[in-house]
Amino acid sequence: MTSIGTDKATQQIGKVIWAENLCKKFGAFTAVDHISFEIEKGEIFGFLGANGAGKTTAMRMLTGLSKPTSGKGVVAGFDINTQSEQIKKNIGYMSQKFALYEDLKVWENIRLYAGIYGVPKKEIAPRTDDLLHRLGFDKEKDTLVKSLPLGWKQKLAFSVAIFHEPKIVFLDEPTGGVDPAARRNFWEMIYQAADRGITVFVTTHYMDEAEYCNRVSIMVDGRIDALDTPKNLKDQFNASTMDEVFHHLARKSTRNAD
Amino acid sequence: MGKGSSMNKNNCQLSTVNCQLISKSYGVVKALENISFEVEKGEIFGIIGPDGAGKTTLFRILTTLILADSGTATVDGCDVVKEYNEIRKHVGYMPGRFSLYQDLTVEENLDVFAKVFNTSIEENYHLIKDIYVQIEPFKKRRAGKLSGGMKQKLALCCALIHKPSVLFLDEPTTGVDPVSRKEFWEMLKRLKNEGITILVSTPYMDEAALCDRIALIQNGQFLKIETPENIVNQFAQELWTVKGVQMSKLLNDLRQYEHIRTCFAFGDTHHITLESNMSTVENLQDYLQMNGHFQVEIKPTKASIEDCFMELTFEKSESYD
Repeated sequence: MTSIGTDKATQQIGKVIWAENLCKKFGAFTAVDHISFEIEKGEIFGFLGANGAGKTTAMRMLTGLSKPTSGKGVVAGFDINTQSEQIKKNIGYMSQKFALYEDLKVWENIRLYAGIYGVPKKEIAPRTDDLLHRLGFDKEKDTLVKSLPLGWKQKLAFSVAIFHEPKIVFLDEPTGGVDPAARRNFWEMIYQAADRGITVFVTTHYMDEAEYCNRVSIMVDGRIDALDTPKNLKDQFNASTMDEVFHHLARKSTRNAD
Repeated sequence: MGKGSSMNKNNCQLSTVNCQLISKSYGVVKALENISFEVEKGEIFGIIGPDGAGKTTLFRILTTLILADSGTATVDGCDVVKEYNEIRKHVGYMPGRFSLYQDLTVEENLDVFAKVFNTSIEENYHLIKDIYVQIEPFKKRRAGKLSGGMKQKLALCCALIHKPSVLFLDEPTTGVDPVSRKEFWEMLKRLKNEGITILVSTPYMDEAALCDRIALIQNGQFLKIETPENIVNQFAQELWTVKGVQMSKLLNDLRQYEHIRTCFAFGDTHHITLESNMSTVENLQDYLQMNGHFQVEIKPTKASIEDCFMELTFEKSESYD
């Protein structure tokens, strides 16, 4: 394969992410070390790894924020080496840290993100009302985001991240710190998005949440050391929980970065 | 602790932290409502609950950084209002947000904290040795350039370098992966063996089992204070796991069942409780089969801390209705 433009990409039918031998080096340090994987449309893909294993660096490459040192990849139909701007327009992103503007009202946040992602002006108002209705937030339309409970904020942040109906949404530790019931509600929203055909790429430190993913990859020292369904991983490592699988793999780490 | 002898005047040798009816509001938001508890010397006491529950406010009151609206509290026998100066000498505090000097190196940070407390790194090195050796290769690096895990270890060293009698750790493991979290808790156990009393807050329910006693906190109120064993033993409902082929549809159908009491996804199974006088597991089996579920496994299970937290929250919301 000499080049992978959009033509090649569209041939990857059903593959929303396709990565081959992705590498990222910072000086002598190899943060991401030849990772390869494919993710199907509508899949919920769990991206696990210890702190410092290379998850964030890998995600930055996949979201068009950082260029790989070597290797190829296609995200939402665009080449990560040459079309990072198109990638940014066609994905959604949500992290626990950066989500919404606290000093804007609920509807203002939606309006802002919808505008940034190019949702047609005429559609924004009716779709905002529809979204707030589905979330049961009708009364909160004019509420400042900072006065919402954390669980609500996270639901809203997720809804905003997929408001432009991206092919894929990247979720970076989306459920950190929320109470157990809200954490489960959040996963139900993830399921609904996946049922609508949105591919979900999610990182988490909660190992029970790894069970909710269709497939899970586990990074160790920049490599993907395991990639399969939660059931197969548990069988493979003769473990009863994903927590055991994780400990089994992450213990092999020789990286002292974290 | 030699220099602490003057602090026994209040006759509180048994409880290192004593908190009575502490309340604090920010405007209309009640951050803490009538919080009372005691922590004994040498205990690891966990305060477990989600963000916004009031954990940080409580820690800031006990470390004399803010004042409560009402109630009283003592730490190491000293009153948090009248004797705040004394308390500040004897507690270590690791805030949730990284609060070291970003532009100073690892060893400069440690040195600053030691000198502020009139001690030296050498004097109490034994306390931090196990942790410090892990970050020592980077001692010339600026703190701002450290990875998350190393920052956390440095912050713990800085909180320990004056050999505090009480250590307050506000969410030390948030955002930390399961393996590093486990290592962190092993460090805490070693500190406990040195006689240090530890108050630690966390949103991770699985860490509760590592504490001697825990308080479950939500919306500024303690739901329960107990040993982790007793909390799960006091779970009053029959708890069942349900497993099927289509887990997502199964969850929805379980919710629709007329005699379902609670139902939550729980990793690779769903955890449910039934209105016990209204329905049996056999009834539920029949119902699920009628809705097209086959190979459904329903088994009794023991509650985890997370089950208990959700149950206590559920009971509370029921009693309001």
